[in-house]
Amino acid sequence: MTTDSAGRRLAGALHRRPRLRLGLLLAAPLTWLLVAYLGSLAVLFLSAFWTTDPFTSDVVRSWTTDNFRTLLSAPVYRTVALRSLGVAAAVTVIDAVVALPIACYTALVAKPSRRPLLVVALLTPLWASYLVKAYAWRIILANGGPLDWALGPLGLHSPGYGLTAVILVLAYLWLPYMILPIHAGLEQLPANLLDASADLGARTWRTVRSVVLPMVLPSVAAGSVFTFSLSLGDYLAVQIVGGRSQLIGNLIYANVTLNLPLAAALGTVPVVAILLYLLAVRRSGALRSL
Amino acid sequence: MAADDGTAVRLTGLRKAFGATEAVAGVDLEVRDGEFFAMLGPSGSGKTTVLRIIAGFEEPTAGTVELAGREVTRLAPFERDVNTVFQDYALFPHMTVEQNIAYGLKIRKVPKAERRERAHAALSSVRLDGYERRRPAQLSGGQRQRVALARALVNRPRVLLLDEPLGALDLKLREEMQVELKQLQRSVGITFVFVTHDQQEALTMSDRIAVFNHGRIEQVGTPAEIYERPATPFVAGFVGTSNLTNGFSVRPEKIRILAEGSPAESEHDEAAGTVAEVVYLGESTRFIVDLDSGGRLTALRQNLDADATEVAAYRGRRVLLRWHRRHNFAVVQST
Repeated sequence: MTTDSAGRRLAGALHRRPRLRLGLLLAAPLTWLLVAYLGSLAVLFLSAFWTTDPFTSDVVRSWTTDNFRTLLSAPVYRTVALRSLGVAAAVTVIDAVVALPIACYTALVAKPSRRPLLVVALLTPLWASYLVKAYAWRIILANGGPLDWALGPLGLHSPGYGLTAVILVLAYLWLPYMILPIHAGLEQLPANLLDASADLGARTWRTVRSVVLPMVLPSVAAGSVFTFSLSLGDYLAVQIVGGRSQLIGNLIYANVTLNLPLAAALGTVPVVAILLYLLAVRRSGALRSL
Repeated sequence: MAADDGTAVRLTGLRKAFGATEAVAGVDLEVRDGEFFAMLGPSGSGKTTVLRIIAGFEEPTAGTVELAGREVTRLAPFERDVNTVFQDYALFPHMTVEQNIAYGLKIRKVPKAERRERAHAALSSVRLDGYERRRPAQLSGGQRQRVALARALVNRPRVLLLDEPLGALDLKLREEMQVELKQLQRSVGITFVFVTHDQQEALTMSDRIAVFNHGRIEQVGTPAEIYERPATPFVAGFVGTSNLTNGFSVRPEKIRILAEGSPAESEHDEAAGTVAEVVYLGESTRFIVDLDSGGRLTALRQNLDADATEVAAYRGRRVLLRWHRRHNFAVVQST
């Protein structure tokens, strides 16, 4: 009579208890998220309130808000924070401007059969190492390097190492993260909306301005979350092509061994900036298209 | 180039190939000014491609398109005096109803006050007063359909193209909209070119119908001509039920069902047979009769005072089918 195996009974019991089923399914990933991800963020925030022994540089766990006070009062930190925000904003704007026409081509203009191949082509730079790409740019931008040589006939020369170079390299590095959401957004754009716009008398540019851009704006905002936060968190590009410029990333990096609590306090700056940015983006409805 | 001679749309030798398949294989057609014209055919018959060519979304492989006597074959959609109502309406989701309707006027730089006034009037003509501030997502299918109509009509085009505009609506609403569309067309006096695969819809609304099959037009005519005198077996079969008996055909509703041995009538044809199947349709019943002479005929009878059980009892019964000879039509096998 009892054809019910234990497995079947368990499956039946789970079927009747959807909450238990969901709990079991999510237990492992949630634990990972809480302990490894949010946990480390919490420790970062906590350690920002500690201090160091001035002689040994060992962390001393006594509560103080000195680190944050230093951040707010010392002009150098304010300058660096603002400069970092400026770089992240510039990278985001450049990526949006470059990505829009590219995504328009890959999602709307190119033959449908060729589109997957183009997406793969856009992704290939992500398969190469960050360091290789950054050092490649170091060579390109060098004094008397390929860029100088190429711009020479036009009477221009390479910007050399510095903030401009950092913006250039970061914009190059994060470009695929901007193109992909826009490409996805444009692919979902119903083709007959473009037909309808032309039918109602709009020339191509008018259609782009009145229909394509407003509808793809959430995708641009989604892409900007990547470019903005990745730029704000970056500390390598500035060391490789930044010359003497300082950004918040390499300031943190420089403090990690000497003054971990101060580095942690510095580390909260981009986190807060990105949280504020996410809140602003959320209001535009862009997170729904992520 | 021909002058404006009362022809709204003239297609000459129109062909369109997509790769190896020819969607439109030689279409000649004239739509007169003010006509409600239907392009009827099964899916893949080329009717929608022809509509898209008239609108300017597709360029024909060969042939020409004239609108009111002006050749427009190679012109872009925004250079033609036509507007389109799309199958899924294609309303701009990021704009309000009023912005959607005023879009065409705004592009043509109509002053703001006039824009508002005309948008309101257009909304009113499709019975959607007070919906100006809504977004398309907040409207029902039928309401979106009306907004799409208003958005096209507000531009007062020479020709309005409609691509299966009622296809996405449920039956009840579709029947309502059929009447409404017809009234609207009469009141605005604009030429409507209407694509549909629904023969009932085409018969109900159109002044004339072109029946499409395999990228060609099989017949052009008034609904009565198409229905009563179909030119080809395809038209006979696609518009209404085909009832083919040795080269002649007769529509199911013309056939009376009598008891065997009923006295003969002059000018009438008749055939004896056995009822093979009875299909109860609510308002009427369809009888499929196997004829003694071979072949089968479908007869349709109103359920004037018969109910479902009574008509079901007909299955297997011997009957005599009779119809007036003038309802016979010959169907020539097309080549």
